[in-house]
Amino acid sequence: MNDMILPARRAAQDHFRTLRLASPFQPRLEALNRREDWYGWAGYKAPQSLWDEELEFFAIRSQAAVFDLSPMVKYRIEGRDAEAYLDRLTLRDVTKLGVGRVHYTAWCDDEGHVLDDGTLFRLGPDRFRLCCQERHLPWLLDSAIGYDVDIEEETEAVAGLALQGPTSWAVLRDAGFAGSERLKPFDLADFAHEGGSVTISRTGFTGDLGYELFVPADAALSLWDRLFAAGRVHGIRAIGYAALNRARTEAGLIVANADFVTAEHAVRADRVRQPDEIGLGFMIDAEKKGYYNGRRAIEAARRNGTLRHILVGLEIEGNVPAEHAIVYHRGKKEVGLVSAAIWSPTAKRNIAIASLERPYGDTVVDDLWVEIYAMRELRYQKLMKRAKVVPRPFVKLARRTASPPGIF
Amino acid sequence: MTSYDAIVVGGGHNGLVAATLLAKAGRKVIVLEAADAIGGAARTEAFAPGFRVSALAHVLNRLHPDVVRDLDLARHGLSLDAGDMPTVALAEDGEALVMHGAYGERLAGASAAEAEAWSGLRAQLFRYAGILKPFLARRPPDLAGLSMGETASLAKAGLALRRLGREDMRDFLRMLLMNVTDVLDEHLEDRRLRGLIAFDAVLGSHLGPRSPTSLLGLYYRLAGEIGGRPGAQALPKGGMGAVTAAIAAAATAAGVIIRTGAIVARIGVDRGRATGVTLADGEEIGAATVVSGINPRTTFLELVGTRAVDTGFVRKLGNIRMKGDAAKLHLALDRLPAFRGVPADALKGRLVIAPSDEHVERAFNPSKYGAFSPEPVMEITIPSLSDPSLAPAGAHVLSAVVQYAPYQLKEGWEAGRPKLQAAILARLEAHAPGIGRSVLHSELLTPADIERRYRMPGGHWHHGELQADQMLMSRPVAGWSGYDTPVDGLFLCGAGSHPGGGVSGAPGLNAARTILARRG
Amino acid sequence: MKTWDAIVIGAGHNGLVNACYLQRAGLDVLVLEKNDWIGGAAVSRSLTPGFLYSNCSYVCSLFRPEIMRDLELPRHGLQVIPYEGGAVFTQDGDYLANYRDHDAHRREFARFSKRDAEAYDRYARDVIRQCRFIQPLLLRTAPDPTSFRPRDLGELMYLGKKFAGLTAEEMALTLRFWTMSIADFLDEYFETDVIKANFALSGIIGTALGPMSPGTAYVLLHHYMGEVDGSVGAWGFARGGMGAVTRALADSFRAAGGTIRTEAEVVRVLVRGGRAEGVVLASGEQVRGKLVVSNADVKRTFLKLVEEKELPPIFLRRVKDFKIRGSSGKVNIALDSMPEFPALPEGSPCLQADMHFTDSIERMERAYDDWKAGRWSADPFIDMVIPTTLDPTMAPPGKHFMSCFVQYAPPKVEGREWTDADRDGFSESVIAQIAAYSPGFRERIVHMEVRTPRELEAEVGLTEGNIFQGELTFDQLLFNRPVPGYAQYRSPIGGLYMCGSSTHPGGGVMGAPGRNAAAEILRDLKRGTRDMSDAHDVI
Repeated sequence: MNDMILPARRAAQDHFRTLRLASPFQPRLEALNRREDWYGWAGYKAPQSLWDEELEFFAIRSQAAVFDLSPMVKYRIEGRDAEAYLDRLTLRDVTKLGVGRVHYTAWCDDEGHVLDDGTLFRLGPDRFRLCCQERHLPWLLDSAIGYDVDIEEETEAVAGLALQGPTSWAVLRDAGFAGSERLKPFDLADFAHEGGSVTISRTGFTGDLGYELFVPADAALSLWDRLFAAGRVHGIRAIGYAALNRARTEAGLIVANADFVTAEHAVRADRVRQPDEIGLGFMIDAEKKGYYNGRRAIEAARRNGTLRHILVGLEIEGNVPAEHAIVYHRGKKEVGLVSAAIWSPTAKRNIAIASLERPYGDTVVDDLWVEIYAMRELRYQKLMKRAKVVPRPFVKLARRTASPPGIF
Repeated sequence: MTSYDAIVVGGGHNGLVAATLLAKAGRKVIVLEAADAIGGAARTEAFAPGFRVSALAHVLNRLHPDVVRDLDLARHGLSLDAGDMPTVALAEDGEALVMHGAYGERLAGASAAEAEAWSGLRAQLFRYAGILKPFLARRPPDLAGLSMGETASLAKAGLALRRLGREDMRDFLRMLLMNVTDVLDEHLEDRRLRGLIAFDAVLGSHLGPRSPTSLLGLYYRLAGEIGGRPGAQALPKGGMGAVTAAIAAAATAAGVIIRTGAIVARIGVDRGRATGVTLADGEEIGAATVVSGINPRTTFLELVGTRAVDTGFVRKLGNIRMKGDAAKLHLALDRLPAFRGVPADALKGRLVIAPSDEHVERAFNPSKYGAFSPEPVMEITIPSLSDPSLAPAGAHVLSAVVQYAPYQLKEGWEAGRPKLQAAILARLEAHAPGIGRSVLHSELLTPADIERRYRMPGGHWHHGELQADQMLMSRPVAGWSGYDTPVDGLFLCGAGSHPGGGVSGAPGLNAARTILARRG
Repeated sequence: MKTWDAIVIGAGHNGLVNACYLQRAGLDVLVLEKNDWIGGAAVSRSLTPGFLYSNCSYVCSLFRPEIMRDLELPRHGLQVIPYEGGAVFTQDGDYLANYRDHDAHRREFARFSKRDAEAYDRYARDVIRQCRFIQPLLLRTAPDPTSFRPRDLGELMYLGKKFAGLTAEEMALTLRFWTMSIADFLDEYFETDVIKANFALSGIIGTALGPMSPGTAYVLLHHYMGEVDGSVGAWGFARGGMGAVTRALADSFRAAGGTIRTEAEVVRVLVRGGRAEGVVLASGEQVRGKLVVSNADVKRTFLKLVEEKELPPIFLRRVKDFKIRGSSGKVNIALDSMPEFPALPEGSPCLQADMHFTDSIERMERAYDDWKAGRWSADPFIDMVIPTTLDPTMAPPGKHFMSCFVQYAPPKVEGREWTDADRDGFSESVIAQIAAYSPGFRERIVHMEVRTPRELEAEVGLTEGNIFQGELTFDQLLFNRPVPGYAQYRSPIGGLYMCGSSTHPGGGVMGAPGRNAAAEILRDLKRGTRDMSDAHDVI
């Protein structure tokens, strides 16, 4: 039993008075938030947008944007068998993930259906952090049977910030994070902060040059202040989810329970997806030595050709976003659904992420259409627009991977 | 490294049956038994100088006819004398009630009205058990997609059901998942008879007679047969070990190599395929087919290891309920005990102390909370009556299966064992005054002992509760009920698989048939 | 003498639902009620000045929205207030709350176990999947599996197709759900006793089974079928007590032109030539009807109101074998002030919903062991609500009405009838349990209504005081409810129908049996059922 002792348990009773938790950065967010446009993210109060969605988006692409990541679910995974454990838990080969490296991965149930995707940080030989959208403690613990490993949920204890955009490294440099220039994409390192340390990784969810910073919750505000003091001349801006969502769509990145349904939450059994059905097939390494959850089912589906869906990038004619539009083949046969769509301010194209039923999007890619219902002054303007399957990301920026990073 | 076509882990009766059938089909097979003797829970063992007893299972009532036939067990020394072995329901006081013939073809000691009511109920129960019986020797239907054969056999069962006639079919459907007490309430009054049937329905499971679905336990019993007589029972000459010996003889004759004292430490898996086993002493034996007759959970969590299989599968294995709730008592007696109210000729039968169904229910209650009842219920045999070789001249062996004895006894079995033994002996004394003084030696195997001695997790003789939610497609776990497993080439053939425990050989039979139906 | 188109015996909620549908379909319907009040077990009566009790049922959750809509119950005054919380008090002075907010719910569980907190989503998902499978069956007549009639075959096909439409994993879970105990089922998700107890209670309410009895996982579904797309098992109070439900039904019925007679106890159904022709009242008065619908349970209907000779022996045998089994009682309490529960923090919404004191499966199961032995539970399971925290109409200002549903209470005490002393002993077990968590509780009590199975049977007419008019075990569900061969609301007697909770889909203030029976009657009369809403889509 994980029972806390009674006094601790009783001390926590009052949580019901605050249904939306404040992030460790809340005082700073509140101060900058002119719109009071909050939404609930995993039990936290999080900004949809702080002052102007458009300006916030351009902060990502032209300046430095700060996004509060604290509500991300985080697990600390530590122990002699941590590497072997995570290698069995997740799709990608963890034995190839070096200390000080991060990779984007996903994990599946026995049927190979994706439970979630997330980033795995290797903080030490036997120490990892897994960040994700949903909560998985029972699955993580049951997966640990037979391994010498400790797993602890640490969402509230660890504050996280994404610092993204062309000037993001300049901000770090001016904030005194000497050595941060050595971080290549997916590298991480610890830097001194306020007598403690901050873990900075060159990762992000925008497809731009960017970093993610993790600190103990009590050091959150000082970290924020340090970045903002240094960032003033580099145009640093706090942003909300709306802007980030545009950037991630341009980058062609998917979001759990927006672009696919996580397997443990799917009430309708046909909504679950294998990695190959949501564009995560690249994570599967036929040569990976160890067994991983779902491997049997995933390889069988590949072998037997029973994959039913595919996730594709679409470029749609015109400039009206096709959010949640139905995709048709030859304008008649329904073959899929758009899960994310925007007019891309960077690519100047009408882009979308869609889930299609194979063979459409796979071997049949011509003659696809989307039906857009654009509500304009209480009338749907129905548009039937041609769509073309294109590779993701829709926006590819050299500065994202430039090493050393530029000042831009 | 030596190699075989197939390695069978565990030399219990199911492992031996599977091995024999594989060998008969031309496979090169080795059986690896951890203990010094084969037989698993179907063994005859000496528990005191000069006294031998069927160590765990002691009554034969369901050895599957296909096993007897396919292994030609008669030729290998099995003598199935299904002559009348009566079942005696001891009364709280007064005369016992005796069931003669195959599960009470005749009742002695009951009123005429009760005998008639029983005869009607008995016929009904056998009819319904008969509908379920064909499923014993078959793989459970695959929910992910029925094969033609499965569809046909289900259709056959449907047809058999229709043939019962409309009202009988209705009662079959109504009664399928009922509790045995309710069925008794609908038909019978005699407390002894009700106690006996309630006891038989719940024997070996963690259920009380009032627990819904408990009637299934009775169907399971009645679906068994001996010598073509459904519901019959027998005490094998030489004890249960003689049955396994016959199976082993058949195995050896078929070319199976049997090694005892060979503890399998690991089942090797490479890229999802079984490769063989490693013994505790480091010896490696290779085979493309590994068949495990031991507990499913042990097979995977200990021998294969969790790293080679999926978390959901591990979770399901962990969820199998397998906490034994029965103990086994062996007494070496210096003379034949005198049971009150039992006719002399019935003493060689199966004696049941379960004075009423309420009594069984009351005995069940404490076991839910990790305690045993001060008045346990039990089934007793005195095998030395029909097989004097089991005891010195004039002396006798008493063998009893006692319920309920929860695996996780709150006070622990070290402290609890003498108390349970005292409670059992007090019950025996009440029915056979003076028996206490004639005890030369005694041995009480609690579930903790059974777990240790027979390597059966939880001390559960079915390798998992035999309840509705752990039967058929859900046995041992949903999705893997067809003897194959997530590891290619690794199969299960023990009581943890469909149809379950008891000395039937059916899991071993079905597993072997499944393996042989595969190519290669 | 007037001949009614239909006579409904009993003005319980199912009788009234049935009567409403028949009346609206153009029949001239008379409802006969033995008491001087209507409502059966969905009733609010004032037994002490200023207080209104929900005398029997006390929570509105299962009532089918299709029926509310067809019979215009909101228009006839029905208001439902959803529960805001709910709690199980623990013996160590803490409590486990159920909050409506998903994240608050998780954080509350995390106080006890972080693992359990994160296990809830999968548990809820699995339960919802099962509810989605079963819910559409509620408003359908169960097919007779022995029949070759096209309608039965069609319905069997529907069931088969629904089942075949499940994935293998779902099928396996369905099979297990129908056969597992709620305790074993919960063990597969949760590790903390109080969290398991918190869910297990839905597996036992109204049944003579303990949480360790196989089959109780299904009973949990029965209680969760209120709504499948909202939060799992959302429950609420009817403003004005549960009598408000039947009052709205009666208003709807009268508005459609129906007639209700109270103090008109039916003692016999008139049968001639195998057909029901009317009823005889206790006064000796005969009332003629072209058809008779009984809202009484199947035993009362056929063993008391119909002469044995009119019934086929096999039917009679099966009716006698039908398991009704009283298992619960009710203690309704008028309080002169709001009771205190020091374990709850100031402002906790838990007071506005159901509160419990049974914090472990073992205590729940031990309470059941008492029932098996023919005694009321020494340490009972209590489902306690104080509706006046949300609905001040039920008590004078500042005062409160508390409803305690109590399990277990056997139909007979150690084989004999209940006595007044037994009843006092029973209520004392309840008061003592509450008082242990609420200092000064006894002193606040101004009046009590104690209903053991004896009172429930005598006053409401529920055989053995069983709130579901019969156990919800598989042998008594679907085509077996109430008895095989007569699971389609008809009886062996022409023109005599059943519409009570003894019939599919069973008990709770759901209204489905009454509606389904009306559909069958209208089919027999060759009248359309177009005024009946289709069952809600489950998509």
